[in-house]
Amino acid sequence: MSSDLSVNHLTGIKDLPERDIQLIFETADHFKEVINRPIKKVPSLRDITVANLFFENSTRTKLSFELAEKRLSADVVNFSASGSSVSKGESLTDTVNNILAMKIDMVVMRHPSPGAAVFLSQRVNSRIINAGDGAHEHPTQALLDTYSIREKFGDVAGKKIAIVGDILHSRVALSDILCLQKCGARVKVCGPQTLIPKFVTSLGVEVETDFNKALAWCDVVNMLRIQHERQDIKYFPSLREYTMQYGLTKERLNNIAKPLVVMHPGPINRGVELASDVADSENAVILNQVENGVAVRMAALYLLAQKIAR
Amino acid sequence: MKKTGERVLLSGPVLQLTIERLCLQLLESHNDFEDTVLIGLQPRGKFLADKVHGFLSDLLPNANIKCGTLDISFYRDDFRRREDPIEVSETRLDFEIENKRVVLIDDVLYTGRSVRSAMDALMDYGRPKEVEFLVLIDRRFSRQLPIQADYIGRTVDSVASERVDVILEGEGQVLLNTMEDE
Repeated sequence: MSSDLSVNHLTGIKDLPERDIQLIFETADHFKEVINRPIKKVPSLRDITVANLFFENSTRTKLSFELAEKRLSADVVNFSASGSSVSKGESLTDTVNNILAMKIDMVVMRHPSPGAAVFLSQRVNSRIINAGDGAHEHPTQALLDTYSIREKFGDVAGKKIAIVGDILHSRVALSDILCLQKCGARVKVCGPQTLIPKFVTSLGVEVETDFNKALAWCDVVNMLRIQHERQDIKYFPSLREYTMQYGLTKERLNNIAKPLVVMHPGPINRGVELASDVADSENAVILNQVENGVAVRMAALYLLAQKIAR
Repeated sequence: MKKTGERVLLSGPVLQLTIERLCLQLLESHNDFEDTVLIGLQPRGKFLADKVHGFLSDLLPNANIKCGTLDISFYRDDFRRREDPIEVSETRLDFEIENKRVVLIDDVLYTGRSVRSAMDALMDYGRPKEVEFLVLIDRRFSRQLPIQADYIGRTVDSVASERVDVILEGEGQVLLNTMEDE
């Protein structure tokens, strides 16, 4: 197996071949060992500077990337759109080129516009990692979700995963579907018809509107948050009704004969899509996902940095 | 690179004797291995470490000698400077190295850069009391760093265009191959 990525940027799962995904997972295994030892740091990226550009709010992704960068000994600069020149009318390319003029080797970017990462990768001379572009892709989240399933079951191929909730506004859903399918898993999406994109079946996923049926079918259920901030109109009558139909409760879990693995990309709205006792139960691997996030991001950063010529 | 000639440095029986001698030398200075751990450097030092561990365990059946592997990929000084990507291997240290006498084991000592990386990697797992280095083949006069081994199987004089191949499977042998650019 090659130990070099075939891509120069991590803009999305769509353009990432399966062997690259497996290489990231294998490398993440080694970094997981690193982050569990007394000194959780390796010197690999000590001559690399990474800029974290967050044009949209983020807590855990930003923290996770920053930790991953620091545990690889990279130098890190952070940028948030609020209080920056973006509000003064500067274009994205100009903003980033100004930052790159300060000798930055890699850019981790979250942006509200779909395709922002690809756009940037074609225009600036730096390695780009997409940390979420609008409702399009969030590749590292999909990688860490798939990695967590691989860790739980040993293999992803043949596993059945239900993604439940706001599929329409979710970048995690799209990246998850692509990544899981590339690794051989079967994916169903579930939620109110209004929150399921019309053409999602063209990706080869099945649509299920009955949550109980989806639960009975799957091995893993990935609960997504309702993205209020992206919803300009009402997609369901009330949050209470949504919770009654699509909220995962202990009672629902107990009605399924097999033990399900419960995932959530965070932040959780407790009592809405996920009941508190489920989120804290043994079925949930939510905190494992967070831990794996650092290892997977270290792997992505390390493998991309390897391709930067000196 | 194409192989244009080979010379046997250690034939099968001599290789076995050499490894046994190295083990006995270890035994002289480490007694019952109570405070000593063996660590093979990935990727190829692992096999020699397993051999040494097996032989010592046969000699001291009650000693429970600890043996692990250490991968140095993330500590290498040629990251982003080499043609081929680095292949990462497993680190398996199921024991504490704090205050222990560590014997690092590798098959060939050449430029000394791997051992330098290994010492850096090792220190991230704890502070050993002492670190020694055991090597099967020492290619002297080719060091790029001030590093020497404590236990040496065979010292050879070689040039950069030659390559040492250590084969430990079966009876095993050590070859010095002459290489030429194709």
